[in-house]
Amino acid sequence: MKEIRWHGRGGQGAKTVSQILAQINLREGKYVQAFPEFGPERSGAPMRAYNRISEEEILVHSGVYEPNVVVVIDETLLDSERPTEGLKPDGVLVVNTTCSVEEIRARTKFAGVIIPVDADRIAQETGTGFPNIPLLGAVVAALGTDYNLAEAELREALGGRLGKDMLEKNLQAFRAGYEAAKKGVGVGRA
Amino acid sequence: MRKAITGHKAVAEAMRQIEPDVVAVYPITPQSEIAEYYADYVHNGIVHTELVPVESEHSALSACVGAAAAGGRVMTATSSQGLALMVEVLYIAAGLRLPVVMALANRSLSAPINIHGDHSDAYLARDSGAVQIFAESAQEAYDYTLMAQRIAEDMRVRLPVIVNLDGFTLTHTVQPVDLLDDEPVKKFVGKFQPVSPLLDVDHPVTWGAFAMPDYYFELKRAQQAGMEAVPAVFLEVQREFSQVSGRRYQGFFEAYKLVDAEYALVVLGSTAGTAKVAVDELRAQGMKVGLLKPWLWRPFPAQAVAEAVAHVKAVAVLDRAFSFGTLGALFEDVAAALYPLERRPILANYIYGLGGRDITVPDLIKVFEELPRLTQNEWALRYIGLRE
Repeated sequence: MKEIRWHGRGGQGAKTVSQILAQINLREGKYVQAFPEFGPERSGAPMRAYNRISEEEILVHSGVYEPNVVVVIDETLLDSERPTEGLKPDGVLVVNTTCSVEEIRARTKFAGVIIPVDADRIAQETGTGFPNIPLLGAVVAALGTDYNLAEAELREALGGRLGKDMLEKNLQAFRAGYEAAKKGVGVGRA
Repeated sequence: MRKAITGHKAVAEAMRQIEPDVVAVYPITPQSEIAEYYADYVHNGIVHTELVPVESEHSALSACVGAAAAGGRVMTATSSQGLALMVEVLYIAAGLRLPVVMALANRSLSAPINIHGDHSDAYLARDSGAVQIFAESAQEAYDYTLMAQRIAEDMRVRLPVIVNLDGFTLTHTVQPVDLLDDEPVKKFVGKFQPVSPLLDVDHPVTWGAFAMPDYYFELKRAQQAGMEAVPAVFLEVQREFSQVSGRRYQGFFEAYKLVDAEYALVVLGSTAGTAKVAVDELRAQGMKVGLLKPWLWRPFPAQAVAEAVAHVKAVAVLDRAFSFGTLGALFEDVAAALYPLERRPILANYIYGLGGRDITVPDLIKVFEELPRLTQNEWALRYIGLRE
């Protein structure tokens, strides 16, 4: 079983992408869970969301304490939220940042794979405005999920919520995040 | 079709397929997303249900009572304080033998204000006369919402049924749910059969009549007979649903690796899933442990529970709510069930998970590891995950 923890701020779409990731993993034939940190939702306040992905039925209903993957949607949380706490030493840290692998490693002391993705820039350039979708692309790359399958599910998941133009922009942002991470997968280890 | 959806959505989908005549809900906190989803279905023309948004949960269940007495199939959903406000009317729905089905997103009661998951709300309604079923997963919440309709409406029963699903751990967690097609569900649920409906103006009847000492007792005894009919109906409905769904539901509870167990847990709801992982881990180390997860809590299937755990050396009963001033309600059910046995397992009662306090696999392993050390019944409450 793989466990993922997302660190974001209320309104950045952590819950949304965790749920879409669950749909992608389900499409792959996996068993899934996706849940936000339970509590009052406040815009801008630090929040967490979680995924579990497994080949077998998931019976456990407790929180996630030792994730395999941590995603930091808001770089300012790197210092205040200690996002690498509990992260497995052989795990993956995906960060929305302009910093290099070495800079993130120095800040977090995390020895595993670090994947920096400038998701804010991608969001700006594609015109989506939100860093969550590029980071979803990065996580899909980190998990080794089939790109076309993931993109098809994302198209379906967003299709009902977004107009055609914004949908295409989001798919672009997703691809850019995926490709940025693909470069980083396997090269970030200390 | 398998979908990744929340427990709330799973229950709303079951309701969409049942398509009751009336859904009355209070559309503000502590109401659940179930009402939101259902309102969408109504306003998008997907269902032809009369949705009655009311000014309080008391009014929501009152509207359900009125609509059910009028002759309609009626559903609602609530949570926490909302159920607390409904309880007065819940007794009335049960006393009038009205088959209202409701989902209860189990959450704590104030004070202090909390909103997170525990079973205080279900325990508050324990003696209301409503049948109570607990789900371990969103799948079970979906399945039992469908089955609840049949149990509530059975002419031998005719009582309100509450389907409990843990707040947040089930209601807000996306998980795989196998949804049935609409047609087999509609066929399984069947057409609603009203009894002496108020709207049948050619046959006028009185509902909610006065009953003095000369009749009240007999009417309440008849209500108890309705409750006593539930176990047989429950098994019949499970059997039929298993055929329709291809999923296996058999019995008042799920007995997980219990047959040869020396130590066992009894626990309601989603924590049973976490406990299965603990059972598997301890079994891998050679400890013979098992689990009993009641689906049906009211009426409590005492004899079947006693038979299922009679051979065990010690049983930990886990309650996710206080019954202040005495032991946990589930513990008392199990203890009373075991009393007639000549050789009884040693019992211990644990309170856990109040106000959303997380309960983990290591927590439950610790409980199992404490059981072999008990030499006699433990009458003091024990706590899991409490800071003292």
